[in-house]
Amino acid sequence: MTSPLTVVVVEQDRDRAIAIVDALKESGEIEVIVIGSTSGLARKIAAHSPDIVLIDIDNPSRDMLEELTMASGPMDRPVAMFVSGAAGGLARAAVEAGVSAYVVDGLQPERIKPVMDTAIARFHVLRQMRTELAETQRALQERKVIDRAKGLLMKARGVDEEEAYAILRKAAMNQNRRVADVAEALVTASGLLS
Amino acid sequence: MRTVPLPVAYMPLVDAAPLIVAHELGFDEAEGVSLDLRAAPSWSSLRDMLSFGHVDAAHMLSPVPIAMALGLGGMATPLSAVSVLSVNGNVIGVGAALEHRLRDDGFPFNMADARAAGAALARVADGPLVFGVPFPFSMHVELLRYWVAGTELAGTPVEIRTVPPPLMAQALAAGEIDAFCVGEPWGSVAVEDKVGALLLPCRAIWSFAPEKVLAVRTEWADTESHVLGGLMRAVWRAGRWLSSPESRTTAAEMLSRKSYLNVPPEVIDRALTGEFTVSATGEQRKVDGFVEFFESAASFPWRSQAKWIARQLADRNGLDPAQAAQAAAGVFRSDLYRRELQSVGAELPGASEKLEGAILQPTEVASTHGSLILSQNLFFDRRIFDPTG
Repeated sequence: MTSPLTVVVVEQDRDRAIAIVDALKESGEIEVIVIGSTSGLARKIAAHSPDIVLIDIDNPSRDMLEELTMASGPMDRPVAMFVSGAAGGLARAAVEAGVSAYVVDGLQPERIKPVMDTAIARFHVLRQMRTELAETQRALQERKVIDRAKGLLMKARGVDEEEAYAILRKAAMNQNRRVADVAEALVTASGLLS
Repeated sequence: MRTVPLPVAYMPLVDAAPLIVAHELGFDEAEGVSLDLRAAPSWSSLRDMLSFGHVDAAHMLSPVPIAMALGLGGMATPLSAVSVLSVNGNVIGVGAALEHRLRDDGFPFNMADARAAGAALARVADGPLVFGVPFPFSMHVELLRYWVAGTELAGTPVEIRTVPPPLMAQALAAGEIDAFCVGEPWGSVAVEDKVGALLLPCRAIWSFAPEKVLAVRTEWADTESHVLGGLMRAVWRAGRWLSSPESRTTAAEMLSRKSYLNVPPEVIDRALTGEFTVSATGEQRKVDGFVEFFESAASFPWRSQAKWIARQLADRNGLDPAQAAQAAAGVFRSDLYRRELQSVGAELPGASEKLEGAILQPTEVASTHGSLILSQNLFFDRRIFDPTG
């Protein structure tokens, strides 16, 4: 009889953390611990002596975990980057999905696989959602700036909205820049002048 | 001319300049490659990006490929350091509490004498000193340990912790660390944030330390030698451009862009000119040769540099020093450097190893053009490292 695996998830965003924990719990009998704050990360993780540590590949605090991979580190059980051996393909899939995993030395591949399969699928979805969100926010932000620039032009030159946009678009084409960039320059400049 | 697209990873630091300049000034396209520069979120991610083939080259801490060759740190893809991207370029700084105690002790914050700085710090320390560094395998760690061991700090308990550079100022302010060793611009950013003062440039510990290397997968270097040559020559030309004082203003502007470092050019300029603001009160100090990209054959990957790093890692991790030195020497590819850079007229030294720490004053040595001058190369304790010993 093997005891349940202990998995530490390093994730600051609460909603993301919940999504990952829920998915992992469905994949088997696993104890999941979430660490949100990254100060003193290596020591916090060591205190739980986990079997697996999962962290977003884009998290700059990931370098703090590298201390755990050294033999002289603070943990009794050395942790290895999850990279080599039979699980090589899985490790590559993990990197592509945006999750890095640290696994305690000697843990059997068949125990790691279900956890990693789940983690990879979940991080993959989260990464897509994040990209979409960032794109949407950027588009919204640009729309707002363009609207402000149009308003400025309408007031300053006494033109209607359609014509104001045409002026912006023409300037953008002439200068080989994006309409949003020209609009931003105009908004900034007018802020300085007023 | 058709150019080969080449994905390259870097960390947003002043010493990524040769790659950024190679791309921005078109040295890459002139050599038939087009650099696709990708900022990495952490050193471990950068290493994984290179190991798993997401990028083909990377701006890497010089001890990382050596540690990998010695089986330390988990990843084992064989990497080659085909050139040194930068020599020196790190600073050691202290938080506000230590700064005040050092001032009360009469320390001049002159960014000069490593031995005196170590003695002063040892006098004012009232418990264990916690240093933040960017990564466990880095020149930051090696130089810090070398300095601590060789000064009066040897009697003070020192703990070294990994803290990502952008979080260093925050960690200082929160009291998680007492001091730091970090690459520019992050030391100057801590000064700007008024959370610390600069104590020493790392060149005061070793005046010619290989800081970052241009790393590629060894297997890729073998199969894509044509692309590799283009990359190396473009980066070499960028280093030559950076070495000219007239280039500094432009370089600082280029690096400061949002897509690269996103730090004001005035702060980046400090590392390039060596004119530092060392404390929140605005004290100015000049550091000659703070970071070097080109002069004195800075980009030549000396096998003796690799062996010095391997010796430190071997001693600390209980590895056989002779085997470690041999493995490390194979990582610094002076052979590829000679092969690919002969055609552009790079100064190629006659030997690929030298005594490290044995050049008191600029010295002329044998090279392809007979005119290579090696600048000062000294350890603060005047020890000499013999790579054959």
